Amino acid sequence: METTSVDVLVVGGGATGAAAAYDLARRGVRVLLVDQNDLTTGTSGRYHGLLHSGGRYVITDFDTAVECITENMILRRIAPFAIEDTGGLFVATSQDPDDFPARWAAACARAGIAAEALTPEQARALEPALTRDITAVYRVPDASCDSFDLNHGFITAARTYGGDAWIYQRVTGFLTDGDAVVGAELEDTRTGERRRVHAACVLNATGPWAGVVAGLVGLDVKIRLDRGSMVAMNIRWVNTIVNRLRPPSDGDILVPVGTVCVLGTTSIRTEDPADTHVDVSEVSTLLREADVVVPGIRHGRALRAWAGVRPLYEPPAELAQLESGHNVSRRFAVIDHTERDGLRGLVTVVGGKLTTCRLMAEQAVDVVCRQLGVAARCTTADEPLPVPETSPRHYHQLTHRVHRLEHGEMPGALICECEVVTRPQLEARIAAYGDQPVALDDLRRDLRLGMGPCQAGFCGYRAAGILHAAKGLSPGEATRALSAFVGERFRGVRPLLYGHQLRQFYLDELIYRRTLGLDALLALDQPQPEGVSDAGSEA
Amino acid sequence: MMHTASDTVMSDHTLSLIELTAFTADHCVKCNICTSACPFAKVTPLFPGPKVVGPQWQRLRDPDAPSPDHSLDYCSSCGICTLVCPHGVKVMEINTQAKAKLVETHGLSLRNWFLARNELWGRLGTPLAPLANFALRNRLVRWAAEKVIGVSRRAPMPGWAGYTFRGWWQRQLRDHPRPEPVSDADRVVYFHGCSTNTYEPHIGKLAVAILEHIGLHVEVPPQTCCGLPAQSNGDFPGARRYAQTNIERLADYARRGIPIVGTAASCMTAIKGDYQHVLGLDGAEARLVAAHTYDFMEFVWKLHQEGRLPTDFHPIHQELPYHAPCQLKAHGFGRPALDVLSLIPGLKLWEIDADCCGIAGTYGFKVEKREISEAVGWPIAQQVQEAGAEVVVCDTETCRWQIQALTGGTAIHPVVLLAEAYGLSVDDYRPPVRADKRRAPAPTGVW
Ligand SMILES: Cc1cc2nc3c(=O)[nH]c(=O)nc-3n(C[C@H](O)[C@H](O)[C@H](O)COP(=O)(O)OP(=O)(O)OC[C@H]3O[C@@H](n4cnc5c(N)ncnc54)[C@H](O)[C@@H]3O)c2cc1C
Ligand code: SF4
Ligand code: SF4
Ligand code: SF4
Repeated sequence: METTSVDVLVVGGGATGAAAAYDLARRGVRVLLVDQNDLTTGTSGRYHGLLHSGGRYVITDFDTAVECITENMILRRIAPFAIEDTGGLFVATSQDPDDFPARWAAACARAGIAAEALTPEQARALEPALTRDITAVYRVPDASCDSFDLNHGFITAARTYGGDAWIYQRVTGFLTDGDAVVGAELEDTRTGERRRVHAACVLNATGPWAGVVAGLVGLDVKIRLDRGSMVAMNIRWVNTIVNRLRPPSDGDILVPVGTVCVLGTTSIRTEDPADTHVDVSEVSTLLREADVVVPGIRHGRALRAWAGVRPLYEPPAELAQLESGHNVSRRFAVIDHTERDGLRGLVTVVGGKLTTCRLMAEQAVDVVCRQLGVAARCTTADEPLPVPETSPRHYHQLTHRVHRLEHGEMPGALICECEVVTRPQLEARIAAYGDQPVALDDLRRDLRLGMGPCQAGFCGYRAAGILHAAKGLSPGEATRALSAFVGERFRGVRPLLYGHQLRQFYLDELIYRRTLGLDALLALDQPQPEGVSDAGSEA
Repeated sequence: MMHTASDTVMSDHTLSLIELTAFTADHCVKCNICTSACPFAKVTPLFPGPKVVGPQWQRLRDPDAPSPDHSLDYCSSCGICTLVCPHGVKVMEINTQAKAKLVETHGLSLRNWFLARNELWGRLGTPLAPLANFALRNRLVRWAAEKVIGVSRRAPMPGWAGYTFRGWWQRQLRDHPRPEPVSDADRVVYFHGCSTNTYEPHIGKLAVAILEHIGLHVEVPPQTCCGLPAQSNGDFPGARRYAQTNIERLADYARRGIPIVGTAASCMTAIKGDYQHVLGLDGAEARLVAAHTYDFMEFVWKLHQEGRLPTDFHPIHQELPYHAPCQLKAHGFGRPALDVLSLIPGLKLWEIDADCCGIAGTYGFKVEKREISEAVGWPIAQQVQEAGAEVVVCDTETCRWQIQALTGGTAIHPVVLLAEAYGLSVDDYRPPVRADKRRAPAPTGVW
């Protein structure tokens, strides 16, 4: 069995793990990060897309609010390539409690969140889609953040400081020596190959899986799993983030992300960290709530729905008393298992927000470094991240891709028409994987293939043909690749089978089932192996 | 994508954004029906087609950023895409709004400014008609115009009539004052458009003669260019100024329930639909005017359906090809010219199987687009030649000029045949004097 040795193994390639790997590398620690999937495919790839100003938590969770505004300013500075400075609005309507805005504004002032009061007219001049029923409205420094770009920024930076990251490597068990963890066992989730990594310390940054992973060495880490759903609307109804100005509850935020406008979220308790299904009732809630601030939006076209699971950390006793996850602290915990469980060499970091990932990483890495006896201090807030190779993808600069295509900088046949992906782009991306296997879904995350209104109805089969040629796939492999891809795309459409998207789905279904006979082709071939990649970077 | 520059000109009428043109992009299922119907995408690789530049790229346009477009310029705004889309996407309207943004970003070329000011040239050229016409027919001048400003030397050019329709109408009113009608229900407003005013006044004269023959009291209020040439060149501020002027001048008639009819089918489409869906002018007045606006043949057919059209036609023994201009198709009312002319004994019309003649307002005048324009219109020339026809019937002026250029024959407005069948002549025209025994029965209520 192949064995590797590092100082620290970071488990989990979400925002927290990636920021931690970068932090460790900057402090001169030899670090390896692993994820069971591609990067940013856990909660970080399924989140709402909002770089919080903290306004949302200022009443219910003041400390988190302060952390958010501080980290918001830091991330804007160090990762501008991942952030679109949309600004945010907090809008109260006559349906909302009328004593709330004043209390809220006062709390913002205390937290250091610049909340500028606007008149309803000013707000509507900024965002004509807003309701006429505005009783109070403030502008705050919210922003929209591409977690995929941010994560790649952290990983690229970690690599420049000598760190590394392996994907599709699942930790299946820990290596122990007496009362110390000394590494982990990995399994390649695509090939089944096993290997070992020896490490002086392991950082468990597996978000909703943190309890499961800690359980691998018999530890009991209680995490409240809270599933939240989101719906992406076909077009950007607003160019500013719009929050309801009321105590946090379901469906109170609209986030413009790239080409779409994401409505979210809900909060439903779950026991399974991989529970990403969406209930039709959640879709109705999200549309109904968004329609209060942006009238008409519920009749618009919804493209896709998905869910993510929040890893909320709270001491168990208090957890039980609370009904809804919206009121559970978004604060995070860094658990030093030496102190708590008498087990050295393992630290768990869990909870928090994507917005506070750098801070969580800093505090977790402080604990790790204490165990290692490393004195270096955190410097991740000091310097901008290098721009990652895959970025800036400019997805939030709406006009970027059309401009390049139209001005001859991106020649070649259009494969994904909705999201403007050309044949040479696809071929270059496939080539970049070398002899690693490539799924169409990987290309989706890299290039946004199949993420437009038709949800791969027209580009899926084209891209499968290109993949087939580039990778020399057998017809059976190509068929399965296509089937896995469109299967996953359609999964996200299923909760939205009404109105516009129903018509689209029916056309797509006719293309794949009736014209291409995809089901029949699959039946001709041997049964499909369990797919591993089901996720990521949804908006 | 969102609230585009043009959409923000919402006035007193409050729309939910979902009702706006840009948001119809939401309905697109990517079926490509529009792409296969677009007459222009068919003949040039420079244009990726309606679906791509329309609903698809609409999602990727940003009202606050410069226009990323380029190939959009090859869309002619003919409107076939909007007509065929089974899902209600206002493709042409989306494209035209995006063109305005293109112009906002890059400015309006001198040539396009020139083409957008048809109305001005019509007026300026009139007193100089012989000279102006000579210049237009002069090869050297045309060559220079192509080189210097980019107006194709092969594009069909109208000739100035040397007098205006409005001038003629003023003299008519002076020489033969018409008695005031008993009620507004007998009134009709005639919208002549710029071409009729300066290049083809005889069409306006025929239209007036027909309306008066039917027994209606014609009013020709002050009016200006419909704004379509400016609009399709992306000059929205210019187009809106024209549109506003017309709306103001026509609103009072519309309020009184008086129909507004015009012989330039494309102008009427602009007033009926584009003011609202392209220029974003959707105040109550604009809507009211739109609701009372009719294409001439549509109006005549409506009269017939109401039993108000005299049918004392002389037979015309001819078989003629008819071309329905795209701007007319865009009304979505079928082929009223064919319906009306079918009432004339002996007259047989057959419809040419072609989407568009290729001129598309000012598109076919542009040097870089002339070849495309001719390729689009070619099926018309072929069918007309095969049939050995010398005269083509067609409702819009630019189409008629294009058809003449393509076929070498003549193209006429349907009013020419209608007037002939009624036995009307406009040389030395005198209005019929029969206020007492009006042919049209007394109207019942408002139109
Ligand atoms: C619906 C929703 C909306 C949200 N919206 C926002 C928002 O708008 N703004 C904001 O700031 N925050 C938001 N959050 C919170 C934020 O997304 C999370 O706090 C953050 O993404 C957590 O990141 P993480 O790295 O800790 O976990 P994750 O991103 O889940 O990363 C954990 C990783 O560990 C990997 N892993 C698990 N087990 C193993 C194993 N055994 N071996 C190897 N790898 C393993 C997983 O594959 C995964 O990639 C939202 C959360 C939800 C659920
Ligand atoms: S605009 Fe209409 S016709 Fe064209 S692809 Fe979309 S749905 Fe089809
Ligand atoms: S308006 Fe005419 S030219 Fe433009 S895309 Fe539509 S069909 Fe094609
Ligand atoms: S000019 Fe005539 S036929 Fe031609 S594009 Fe217009 S309306 Fe179409």
